[in-house]
Amino acid sequence: MRRSLKAREARLAFYLLLPTVTIVLLIVIFPVVANFWIAFKDIRLGDLRAPKAVVRERILKTPTAPGEQLVITYRVENRSKNPIVSTTIRDSVPAGLAALTLPPECTLAAGRLTCRLAGPEPRQRVTLTVTFLAEKAYFDAGRPSPRANRPLVETRAKNPLLAKPWTAGNLIRVFQDPDFWPMLWVTLAYTVFGTTLSILLGLFAAQLLVVRFRGRNLFRGLFLFPYVAPVIAVAFVWVFLLDPFSGTVNALLQKYGVASQPIPFLSQRTWEISAFGASVRIPLALTAVILFEGWRYFPFAFLFILARMQAMPAVLFEAARVDGAGPWQTFRHVTLPQLLGILGTLFLLRFIWTFNKFDDIFLLTGGAAGTETITIKVYDYAFARADLGLGAALAVVLFFILAFFLSLYFRFAPKGEV
Amino acid sequence: MKAARGVLLGALVGGLAGILAFFGTSLALGLFAGLATEFRLEAAFGFGALFGAAIAKIPPKPRQHPATLILTALIGAALAWLAGERLGQPGGIWLILTGGASGALSAYALRDLPGEPGGRETYETLGLKGLRAVGFLFFVFVVVFPFWAMLVASLKPRAEFLADPANLSLPTHLFESGLGAGLAKVLEGYRAVLVDYNFLRYIANTAYVSITTMVLTLFLSVLGAYAVARLEFRGRGLMERAVLLTYMFPAIVLAIPLYVVFTQLGMRNTLSGLIIVYLAQTLPVALYMLRSYFETIPQSLEEAGLIDGCSRLEVIWRITLPLSLPALASVGLYVFMIAWNEFLFAFMFLDTPEIFTLSRGMVALNNQEVPYQYLMAGAVIVTVPVMLLFFWFERYLIGGLTAGGVKG
Repeated sequence: MRRSLKAREARLAFYLLLPTVTIVLLIVIFPVVANFWIAFKDIRLGDLRAPKAVVRERILKTPTAPGEQLVITYRVENRSKNPIVSTTIRDSVPAGLAALTLPPECTLAAGRLTCRLAGPEPRQRVTLTVTFLAEKAYFDAGRPSPRANRPLVETRAKNPLLAKPWTAGNLIRVFQDPDFWPMLWVTLAYTVFGTTLSILLGLFAAQLLVVRFRGRNLFRGLFLFPYVAPVIAVAFVWVFLLDPFSGTVNALLQKYGVASQPIPFLSQRTWEISAFGASVRIPLALTAVILFEGWRYFPFAFLFILARMQAMPAVLFEAARVDGAGPWQTFRHVTLPQLLGILGTLFLLRFIWTFNKFDDIFLLTGGAAGTETITIKVYDYAFARADLGLGAALAVVLFFILAFFLSLYFRFAPKGEV
Repeated sequence: MKAARGVLLGALVGGLAGILAFFGTSLALGLFAGLATEFRLEAAFGFGALFGAAIAKIPPKPRQHPATLILTALIGAALAWLAGERLGQPGGIWLILTGGASGALSAYALRDLPGEPGGRETYETLGLKGLRAVGFLFFVFVVVFPFWAMLVASLKPRAEFLADPANLSLPTHLFESGLGAGLAKVLEGYRAVLVDYNFLRYIANTAYVSITTMVLTLFLSVLGAYAVARLEFRGRGLMERAVLLTYMFPAIVLAIPLYVVFTQLGMRNTLSGLIIVYLAQTLPVALYMLRSYFETIPQSLEEAGLIDGCSRLEVIWRITLPLSLPALASVGLYVFMIAWNEFLFAFMFLDTPEIFTLSRGMVALNNQEVPYQYLMAGAVIVTVPVMLLFFWFERYLIGGLTAGGVKG
C-alpha cells in the first residue's frame, strides 16, 4: 500500500512537471544542442529557405494543320546554392496531341505528362523537350494552348541544415578573426567594471535607505526605476541625452564648465583627458556603456543588500556603539562582514548576466566604437553578415566560457543564496 | 581655542553645505524649471561658511527639536534674500528656497555631533552626513533625470528642444494660445505615434503577448512547483539544479538555433512563437519562486485536505492556491514585466508590422526620418504601463524580485 502511494505520487509529479519540462527542453536545451550542430556546418541565412526548382514552359512550334508538330520545352532551374534531390513536373496535355519524342525522364498517360528528373544541381538548368503530333481532334477542340494550365512542380530537396557536410571551418575562422582577442578583452572589461560599479552603487544606495525615515518607501520605489523600465525606452533616452550636438548631458557639461567641447560619448573610441600637464586616453564609448550598466543594474544589488541589512540583528550595532566604534568602524567591522556572502553571490550572478548581456550595448552603440562584446559579435556574424554557422561557432565559445564561470558559481555560491 | 575650532569647523561644514545646496538648486532650477541660473562656487561657499560659523556658536544639544531645523532654514532664507543677486540664483522665491536649503543642510550637518568637538568621531560623523546628502542628491538626480527628460522631450517640438537642450522645463508657454491648441501641440508626438505609427496596435499586441505568457506561466508553474515542493520522485534534486541552470543561459546562444528552427517550421514571424519563447524563459524562475513559497505553507493543512478526501489537484486548487495569492501576484507581475520589456526575440522574430510588439515597434521608429519627439513619446508609452503596475503592486513586486533574483 505504501509503495503504491509512492508510485502514484511519482506519476502525478511526472504529469504535473511534463508541460514545463517539455517547453524548457524544446526551447532551451534543444537549441543549445542545435547551436553546436549549426556551428559545425557552413550554414548561411539564405539556406533556411528550402531550394525549389523553377520551371518555365515554352512552346517552340505551333501547328497550323493536322499532321504538324507541336514542340514544348520545360526549362527546369535550380537558382539556389543547394542541391535538389529530384524534381517532378506534372502537366496536362490537351486531347488530340500524341507524343512523338519524349525525353527519357517523361511519360505520357491519359493526357497527363509526368517528368521526373534528378537534380538540377545548384545554379544549373535542365531543358526537357517534348514533341507532339497534332491530330485532327486537336483542331476540332479549337487548338487549346498547352500553356493554358501551368505545370505542377514538386521539388524534393534535403534540408541544408542536415545535408551540408561537417566542418570545423567556422571555429577556425572565429579564432582567426583579428577582432577575437580585442573582443574578449572588451567583454571582460565591460563585465568586470559594469558588475563592480552596479554593486558599489547598490551598496551605497542601500546605506542611504537602511535608516528609517518618512518617505523611505517612495525612495525605494524610485531607486528601482532604472531596473524595471523597459530597456528599449531607457537605452533610447540615454542615446538621446548623450548626443554630442543636441544632447542634454553635453549641454550641461558645457554650462558648468566641465567640458570645453561636446563629448561624443557613444560614438568615439577613445578620449584624451588632460589634467596638470599629463594626459590619459580612456576608452570613451566603453566607459559610457559601463556607466549605463552601473546605472541600470544598481537597483538589483541595492534591493538584495537592503534586504540583507534589514535582517541584521540590531544588537550587534548596539554593542559596537557601546564599545565606542565610529561610523566607519561600525561599517567596516560590523556591517561589511555580514554582507560578504550576499556581495559574493551578487557579484557572481551579475557577472554571469552581464557577460550574457546583449540588448544594452546593441541599443546604445550597436557594438561600434570599441564596444563590441561577444554577444554583439555573435549577432553581427549570424545576422548582419548572414553567416549563421560562424555566429553559432562563436556562441559555442561563449557557452564554454560561461560554463567555466557557472562552475565557479556553483562551487563558491553559499548554499541557500543561489 | 576650543570655541575658535568649533567656529572654524562650522564655517567649513557650512561652506560645503552651501556649495551642495546652491549647486543642487541651481542644477534643478535650471534643468527642470528652465530658469536662468548660474552657479557661483565662491558665493555659495562664502554664504554657507558665514552661516555655519554663526550657528556653530549654538551649543550642540543632543536630539535637537526639528523646529531648530526649520528655524535655521528660515534664517538661511532671510540671509539669502538679503544677499540678493550676488548669489547667482534667480531672484524671489527661488533665492529664498536656496538659502533655506543651505541653512537646513548646515544645521543638519552640525547637529547631534558625537564626541569631542574636532575629534575623529566628529569628522567621521560629518563625513557620513556629507556622504548621505551627496548620495541622496546623486541617486535622485540620476534616476529622475532620464525619465523626466524622456517626458519633456516627448512634449516639445524638436526645434524648441534644440534651442536649449539644457532646459528640460515643461513647455507651458505652448498653452498661451489656449488650452485646446496647447494640448494639440504638446500631445502631437503621442497622436503621431499612436495613430500614424500604429502604436495602438502594438500596445494591443504587447498586452496580448504579456498577458497570455503570464497566465500560461502561472498555470504551468503552479503545477510544476507543487510537484517539486510536495511530491516525492526520483530526480527532484536534478530538476531543481536544471531549473537554475537554464536561468543562466545566454539568450543569444538560443537565438540562432531558435531563429533557424522557427523559420523552418513557419513559427518565427508569429506571436504564438514569441509566447512559447517567453514561456520557456519565465517558467524556470516562476517555478523556482513558487516552490520556495509553497514550502513555507504548513504541510498539515494539505494533509487535512487529503484526509478529508480531496485529490491532490483539489488540494492545490482549494488549499495551496488561496494561501499563495501574494506569491502568485509577485510571480505574475514579474512574468508580465519580463514579457512586456523583452527586446531580443521580438526584434529577431517579428517582420510583419501588424504583429509588432512595442519593443519591435520602437526599433522601427528609431530612424532618421522620425523626429526624436515621436521616439520619446513612444518610449513614454512603453514605460508608463510598467511603472503604473510597479507602483500599484510595489510590495508584491519587491517580494518577487528578491525571492527570484529576477534576471536582467
